[in-house]
Amino acid sequence: MVIGVATVVALLMTAIRNESFGNIFVYSLCIGFSCWLFIEIGRLTLFRWVRKRAAAQGRQPRLSRVIRWLVPWVVLSAVFGYELGTTFANALLGQKAPGLGLFASDPRALAVVLIITMLATLGTTFWWFASARLAETEARAEAAQRAASETQLKLLEAQLEPHMLFNTLANLRVLIGVDPQRAQVMLDRLIAFLRTTLTASRAQAQPLAEEFARVSDYLALMAIRMGKRLSIRIDLPDDLRAVQVPPLLLQPLIENAIKHGLEPKVEGGRIEVSARRDRDTLLLTVRDTGVGLSDAAGTAGTHFGLEQVRARLATMYAQRARVSLEPAGDADGGVLARIVLPLAPVVTP
Amino acid sequence: MKQPLAVLAEDEPLLAAHLQTELAQAWPELEVGAVVADGGSAVREALARKPDVCFLDIRMPGMTGLEAAQAIAEDWPDESPLPLLVFVTAYDQYAVQAFEAQAVDYLVKPLDAERLAACVARLRKRLADRTPQSALQETVDQLRALLGAHPVAAAAGSVAQNAAPRLEVIQASVGNVVHMVPIDDVIYFESADKYVRVITAEREHLIRTSLRELLPQLDPQVFWQVHRGLVVRARVIASALRDESGKVFLTLRGRPERLTASRLYAHLFKGM
Repeated sequence: MVIGVATVVALLMTAIRNESFGNIFVYSLCIGFSCWLFIEIGRLTLFRWVRKRAAAQGRQPRLSRVIRWLVPWVVLSAVFGYELGTTFANALLGQKAPGLGLFASDPRALAVVLIITMLATLGTTFWWFASARLAETEARAEAAQRAASETQLKLLEAQLEPHMLFNTLANLRVLIGVDPQRAQVMLDRLIAFLRTTLTASRAQAQPLAEEFARVSDYLALMAIRMGKRLSIRIDLPDDLRAVQVPPLLLQPLIENAIKHGLEPKVEGGRIEVSARRDRDTLLLTVRDTGVGLSDAAGTAGTHFGLEQVRARLATMYAQRARVSLEPAGDADGGVLARIVLPLAPVVTP
Repeated sequence: MKQPLAVLAEDEPLLAAHLQTELAQAWPELEVGAVVADGGSAVREALARKPDVCFLDIRMPGMTGLEAAQAIAEDWPDESPLPLLVFVTAYDQYAVQAFEAQAVDYLVKPLDAERLAACVARLRKRLADRTPQSALQETVDQLRALLGAHPVAAAAGSVAQNAAPRLEVIQASVGNVVHMVPIDDVIYFESADKYVRVITAEREHLIRTSLRELLPQLDPQVFWQVHRGLVVRARVIASALRDESGKVFLTLRGRPERLTASRLYAHLFKGM
């Protein structure tokens, strides 16, 4: 790189001045390497310092901090580099090309030579900086991508809980023997549920009608498993069918209601899923009549599902949406989960 | 030999019916005394009917299959042999690993006819070979090892219990008042239906939680579980008296009551 720039500079100088390319090339090379030496020393020191500071403050080191100090240093390096390079080349060629001091008599010549050195140095540094910046941006994008895929995977794992899947398959297997037609209907529901689960993490939004259809698929599958222990009530007003919502938003809440509310309850119970318009907000509720929230459960980290919903709402709606979990305040007991969303279209992040 | 008797516990009706049909084919002379859908009923039926075999689903409402097995083993009368236990699970890889390790009989859902036939053959052989005392000791040892293996407990209970922080203060509410009971004051915990009784030197409190949820938050060096429903501060135990049936009676320092440790935890009380 340095050699390349030195060659270009030497060619330029040969064109302007009436001297042999060889000599000028040697000067160019010496000055170029000297500048490079100064810049490298400065850069390495600076990098170490920035890294140390960033580590002390627990942040990622940032390039923008480096450049604030690097620019003046590069300018200085050009001056020092010119002086050192000229001295070195003089010694090498046995010539007496003027160093900085001797130029006092000819400020114009000094200016020309310094400007050329400066331009070459700054240009090279800028190129280096730009490629480093690109690498940094790429690394950051990659990290973000990785984090996103991890979340996606976690979501998928949470939704495709193997226990649920294998139990459902076990039920289907039995059903094929006793009631093939019902088995077929159930299989269709399982397929629809799986399809949405597998694509949902990629889609931004889907109509509420679609969301409720998947909820009813899932609950129908649970209903074969739990038999009479599970009764289902789903209420979606017609005017809300087309409202766009993030896909499978309700799923974790419904799974919680089943898993922590109704499954542990010996006599089973009822799950109610509903959507309602409240002026310019959409209210989604999942209510069960299960065992309810126990004193200790709140601390035991059982609310992974709730946290997941909260995190998704935060990314998509910032402060404008919220989710809550509370004891259902009537005689039937159990838990009431509520999601409040703005009725506006989903904001793409 | 009399006709063998079984109790089936499976909360999903289709699967329960299926297990029953498959068993009828694989083991025609087996009489199914009861089919129940929750752990509590399994314990009740087992203790009432004294079956030779119990098929217990792991995830059931109320008590899990493992908890039911523990309750059956703890409350089983001395004179009759403990039933053989077969656990049934859909997908609990930790449970399956533990069952393998302890050579406990288990079945995986969806049921496989060949696998069931092999299981039945083994059960038949063990029923023919067993003597009351060997059967009891073997089952107790297996269960103890299973319950000691944490992943099983975690997989069986629906609560994620790893890395639960240690409890410092018990918050027991009575009406509008919350009593703050330092954990150091607690002498023992006893489960009572949906509550846990917290006994201190001065008084007792009721908290609305289960022992299952409480246990991971207690230091196992300080508090010993001696029964499925009883966790005692080890330092207050004054003496342990073992009777011929394997039960252990504990006397406490400064308390009049005597507590009973079950046969599953009797091994904790051995001379050094």
